[in-house]
Amino acid sequence: MTNESTPDDLLYTKDHEWARLEDKDGQTTATIGITRFAVDHLGDVTQLELPKPGDSLRQGQIFGSVESVKAVSDLFAPLSGTVVKVNGMLYAAPEHVNTSPYRDGWMVQIVVARFAEKEILMDPASYRTFLHEQAE
Amino acid sequence: MTSTVERETAPAQRTPLYESHRRLGARLIEFGGWWMPVSYPAGIMDEHRTTRTAVGVFDVCHMGEIHFRGERAGEAVQHLVTNDISKLTDGAALYTVVCWPSGGIVDDLMVYRVSARHYLLVVNAANLEKDRRWFMENVGAWCEIADASAETGLLAFQGPRAEEALQPLAGVRLRDLGRMRFVPACEVAGMSVWIARTGYTAEDGFEILCSATDVARVWERLVEAAAGVGGKPVGLGARDTLRLEGKLSLYGSDLRDDTTPFEADLGWVVKFGGADFIGRGALAWQRAVGVRRRLVGFEMTGRGIARHGYPIYDASGNGVGEVTSGGPAPTLGKNIGMGYVPVELSRPGSALQIGCRGKLVTARVVEGPFYRRKT
Repeated sequence: MTNESTPDDLLYTKDHEWARLEDKDGQTTATIGITRFAVDHLGDVTQLELPKPGDSLRQGQIFGSVESVKAVSDLFAPLSGTVVKVNGMLYAAPEHVNTSPYRDGWMVQIVVARFAEKEILMDPASYRTFLHEQAE
Repeated sequence: MTSTVERETAPAQRTPLYESHRRLGARLIEFGGWWMPVSYPAGIMDEHRTTRTAVGVFDVCHMGEIHFRGERAGEAVQHLVTNDISKLTDGAALYTVVCWPSGGIVDDLMVYRVSARHYLLVVNAANLEKDRRWFMENVGAWCEIADASAETGLLAFQGPRAEEALQPLAGVRLRDLGRMRFVPACEVAGMSVWIARTGYTAEDGFEILCSATDVARVWERLVEAAAGVGGKPVGLGARDTLRLEGKLSLYGSDLRDDTTPFEADLGWVVKFGGADFIGRGALAWQRAVGVRRRLVGFEMTGRGIARHGYPIYDASGNGVGEVTSGGPAPTLGKNIGMGYVPVELSRPGSALQIGCRGKLVTARVVEGPFYRRKT
């Protein structure tokens, strides 16, 4: 597992979502997507269901779904918060999730409601170990 | 005589190409009791498009091959299948179903007539044991019935450039091989094979039978030949989207023991004009009184992807049936599906709703194959 497939600046869930935390104007935002591992398992993404700006996400709860040619998977919120941005481009071009899961394939950005929740997310090293264990 | 010893019922078997698939980086899944490639690194979408524009090479070694040999071989096959095999000449094939006395479908399969004394039936992997038992029970005394599945390799070479790519390897003039015809004794790259102009992708193409011991070498030559015209190996994932676009049924999903050919929109494979066959009485009755439900194709008009098992509702929200196959249609850029609905809702244009994970999404019944190749 290379660092390219699990970037160092992200936090991860067991359901293979990632979150990029940033401080903006005194608030913490989290940009959220799914990992390279998830994308490789799903195959070609053809459709997404995402929340709207203003919607609330709760950590661990379903906030949308991603459909590939063969399967549909729920998206689980890595953190609680309020949606401020949605990557609308994915509705027209869902393939960005496959080609660029950590950049163009981002899904939503939220204002983080409870910063302490990040403690239960995995850092890159833990996520790599987790993937390694999954493979066995 | 081919071995009739019970084959292993281990959880999942490996085709002779298992190692090749691993080397090619395929994702392997269990299907019909076999480890099969669902897709290669190119992905389902790319493999689908490659088959529609160039050529795809498919490992279908999991399929079953059952030979009927002897004086009464034709009579035995005819007793089992609903289609009329008396029209078959040597070197011709047809698609048919085998029915239970109730009219429900045991399996759907291809019948290849080698000679009046030799027929080959190519059956679904998951149904092989059921079929074999059913065949033996009913016509086992009429002729020799030999399951050659373990010794036989089967590959599909499908796409508009299939003839062009295969010709340099083939020991016969493929242009002279018509649709649903086959040559039982010829060569590909020096190996002894059968070449049939048949397939399950709604595209022109060939299916190549050979010995299981040769199939890895034949596969490699076919993959090379495909690469020469922009083709590549294609997994079961794309095989499923390709056949769905052609509205070709899949046993276990669209066809089952409790669905009849008339319900499944396969009335054209039931021929009452010829000899008697198992299920004839029930099917004649059903034809006379009519069916209550029918397998239809639909396209999603709302935003959603129908999947196998999702409920179907009418426009007012009453539950009327279930999706048997569904997914994106890469060539059409739409989401499509198939499912059983009451006859009243089976006419093209009828409004349906599909329960996509708790949300109702509108759909419309459409006529015939979703995709038809240009000829």
